[in-house]
Amino acid sequence: MFGLDKKDTSLLILVAILTMLAPFILNPFPASSGLAQFNAGYPDLMQRFVIFGIFAIGFNILFGLTGYLSFGHAAFIGVGSYAAMWMFKLVGMNVLPALALSMVMSGLFAVVIGYISLRRSGIYFSILTLAFAMMSYALAYSVLATDMDGPDQQGLLQKGLTGGETGLQLTLQDPRVFGEQATADGNLPVPSLFGLEMRSSTELVMGDWVFTFSTGYYFCAVVMLLAFYLSIRIFRSPFGMMLRAIKSNQQRINYTGLNAKPYMLAAFVISGVYAGLAGGLMAAMDPLAGPERMFWTASGEVVLMTILGGVGTLIGPVLGAGLIKYMENILSKINSDILHTWFAFLPDGLEDFVVGMIYPFIGKGWHLTLGLIFMAVVIFLPGGLVEAGQRISRVFKGRKAPEGAKKSTTEPAE
Amino acid sequence: MGILEVKDVNKRFGGLQALGNVNLSVAENSCHAIIGPNGAGKSTLLNVLIGKLIPDTGSVMFDGQSVLGRKPYEINQMGISRVFQTPEIFGDLTVLENMLIPIFASRDGAFRMHAIENTTSEKEVIEQAEHMLEELGMADKRHFHSASMSRGDKRRLEIGMCLSQNPRLLLLDEPTAGMARADTNNTIDLLKQIKEERDITIAIIEHDMHVVFSLAERITVLAQGSPLVEDTPDKIKGHPKVREAYLGETA
Amino acid sequence: MDAIILQVLNGLDKGSAYALIALGLTLIFGTLGVVNFAHGALFMIGAFCAVTLSRILTLSHEVIDETRTDFLGNPLKVDVPYVYDIFGQATGDAIIDWAVPLSILFAIPVMILIGVVMERGLIKHFYKRPHADQILVTFGLAIVLQEIVKYYYGANPIPTPAPEAFTGSFDFGALIGMEANNIIYPYWRLVYFGFAAIVIGAVFAFLQFTTFGMVVRAGMADRETVGLLGINIDRRFTIMFGIAAAVAGLAGVMYTPINSPNYHMGMDFLVLSFVVVVVGGMGSLPGAVLAGFLLGILESFASMREVIDIIPGINQIIIYLVAIIILLTRPRGLMGRKGVMED
Repeated sequence: MFGLDKKDTSLLILVAILTMLAPFILNPFPASSGLAQFNAGYPDLMQRFVIFGIFAIGFNILFGLTGYLSFGHAAFIGVGSYAAMWMFKLVGMNVLPALALSMVMSGLFAVVIGYISLRRSGIYFSILTLAFAMMSYALAYSVLATDMDGPDQQGLLQKGLTGGETGLQLTLQDPRVFGEQATADGNLPVPSLFGLEMRSSTELVMGDWVFTFSTGYYFCAVVMLLAFYLSIRIFRSPFGMMLRAIKSNQQRINYTGLNAKPYMLAAFVISGVYAGLAGGLMAAMDPLAGPERMFWTASGEVVLMTILGGVGTLIGPVLGAGLIKYMENILSKINSDILHTWFAFLPDGLEDFVVGMIYPFIGKGWHLTLGLIFMAVVIFLPGGLVEAGQRISRVFKGRKAPEGAKKSTTEPAE
Repeated sequence: MGILEVKDVNKRFGGLQALGNVNLSVAENSCHAIIGPNGAGKSTLLNVLIGKLIPDTGSVMFDGQSVLGRKPYEINQMGISRVFQTPEIFGDLTVLENMLIPIFASRDGAFRMHAIENTTSEKEVIEQAEHMLEELGMADKRHFHSASMSRGDKRRLEIGMCLSQNPRLLLLDEPTAGMARADTNNTIDLLKQIKEERDITIAIIEHDMHVVFSLAERITVLAQGSPLVEDTPDKIKGHPKVREAYLGETA
Repeated sequence: MDAIILQVLNGLDKGSAYALIALGLTLIFGTLGVVNFAHGALFMIGAFCAVTLSRILTLSHEVIDETRTDFLGNPLKVDVPYVYDIFGQATGDAIIDWAVPLSILFAIPVMILIGVVMERGLIKHFYKRPHADQILVTFGLAIVLQEIVKYYYGANPIPTPAPEAFTGSFDFGALIGMEANNIIYPYWRLVYFGFAAIVIGAVFAFLQFTTFGMVVRAGMADRETVGLLGINIDRRFTIMFGIAAAVAGLAGVMYTPINSPNYHMGMDFLVLSFVVVVVGGMGSLPGAVLAGFLLGILESFASMREVIDIIPGINQIIIYLVAIIILLTRPRGLMGRKGVMED
């Protein structure tokens, strides 16, 4: 179906079902129970799952297939966000044109940065991309944020193209071509899809459970499914095979009559466009774009997601993105009071001890947990969560199929 | 006029005359070997032949066109395929995928995007690859991870990948270096078979006399950067100059 | 002229820090072939060694001072540092005042220990893995180290002053016979530059004139051959890692009075130091030092008002811009060797 083989089709359908039912699946605990804080089924977080999923899927097309480690992909997120914001400010609040411009602009950026960076490989490529991203960050933070209207005018470019530290925001003075400057009650208009507001949602109350269905989430989820589908197609295409061949042996590629450069650049631009799309979606969900989205730690984050999920696998980056965003939101919310209620059943001294042992890893310390998990994955499980899943399923299936085990090494895993 | 013509090639590295007045003509559809002791300039000559190294003077023409300064993929598209000293294959890919890539490359040229097509729907290319694998006797290994194969099998695959593009000149750089005797013999048999079945010119740079004398129709002996003699294998064997410069060492 | 001298001087302290970190990075890369993303964290840990020592020195116990009373008329309780008990008040005060320079003695063993543990415990297992894996695992380690420091010391910068003798500035212009009051330069920055020069000189002398250094240099050039000579190169490389860690740590210790240490200072410096290493030429020690100072001074020139007026924002991007230009025109960097990280 859809030009995919059976295995890929079932994977795609599985992912589609999971994302569509996410408001239920991620909300398993009743609102009144103590475990409700582990629920992730609220729109804001679910949107971040799928948006960062898109970012990681795109990054994986570059890193997973070609092995070129870019440390500057956040630059494209930033470009995408700013492009979408300007579309909201100047043209209209419909998200489609905004996303289109995000993708075009980040694509153009990727062509320039990629063309230059891809002249070097290995660590030099990583440093070049890092340098470009940090330059973009510095420019967005300072020069592009200076008053371009002139001192006596209070116009559109008063805070420059990027708005500097505070970021680019909607104002009541935006000269929108299509659509009004402000809503009837004098508020800022919201991004929408042909009148369907992104932030609108409906709630379904079932007993003690409250499920929220947000337009924004479902819009992002559909975009992610499209992006995911496209990435499967790329992975299974001759183009994807060429990229893996380039990663495997550039010498042979050259003497096979192929010019590796355009393939690499194409992969770089595709992954840049994915990142730009993710950036555009961020702006569409919350109309604000700031330079911190381009900081190198943001580039590092997508590397973490991809590695954690499984480099070069189809579903890995989505899993990695979900897990990291979940940890960031849920783990960082736990504080010592919550820990004390959990371990209240223990004798006092032991309770304090256990809480003291766990405390550094939660709340503000969740980055520590992240760093440790990440190191453990790189050291022990280079294939990430996907490899872990494969190992576990192999244990359950027993040793009946050494053939199957061999096969899994010869075929790209999901 | 041969298919590969090397004329008056000189190359110096600092004070070292790596190649001096090299003239070489490889006749079409022949098997021509270039031999010589270590340091005779074989690798330098090879690098000149593939356009990687630009000589100080002289020309290298393939089928009437200069190869000098061309990029590797352009060299390939002129009809020259290259087999490396250590087998250069795509270790992360399966045997079948390894075979698909050169076929795609010769069908589509240096770059074609096709990111949305499905590899498995390219029936013609796959058929061609399967056919080539059968010819090599590797059809049963097509889903193997190619890095896990023996050196002999890797070499077989590499030669097959080159042949799948129907090159006019196959350039081999010590194709049996570091191989076990059985693998060496297999490789020789494969090359003999290729010679018989195809219209192809083979140029082989080799150290191993056994390989050279079982394959070559003409042999050029290099010594200290210059061609010493060029003749048929039988005559080379008894040639006093060659004995002195080359065989004398190994005897 | 004044302005030029001032900018060169201003560039020296940052340049010194870049050079020291880049030197350590290059030592590790050159000897072990490992790209260490945790090197910035070592710089940061060095800075926190200074913080730790000054905290240890000011550890106090409460004493009731009968001679004075608080506003209720009760005897006043005062905190007396333990160092007073040992050395007396005057010496004790001096020791506390000199906490930062004293931290050098404290930091050297600590940093070498951390370096050796890091190499034996983690980096060792990554010699044969791809560079991407090395970057990733050391990146993870950097996050962990940073978070540990944040957990114990908090997220805010901790002011750690220089000894009183070195606070304040002096008139460098008047000193070299130019117009007074035009080139005012803080003492401590000069101290930092001098310190960096000594450390760099010591490392080079060590590599140049000792047998150990000779073996390490040979190992940098050709690891396998040196291994074949029956020399235990691995152990030497471990020690080299310890030394590189100590160099980064010392750079951090002495930097504390210039910039109050915080947990993410390492990462901030790391990104730039990597750029420095690449500009200098991967694997070239003189290149790393040269590029460190060069970029530090260049950055300082780019922050001049006159320059910013012509090209706005140039101070923010100059280093990256230079790196991009260098990488594209001289792929091996200023002084890079052939064959290093070329594939």
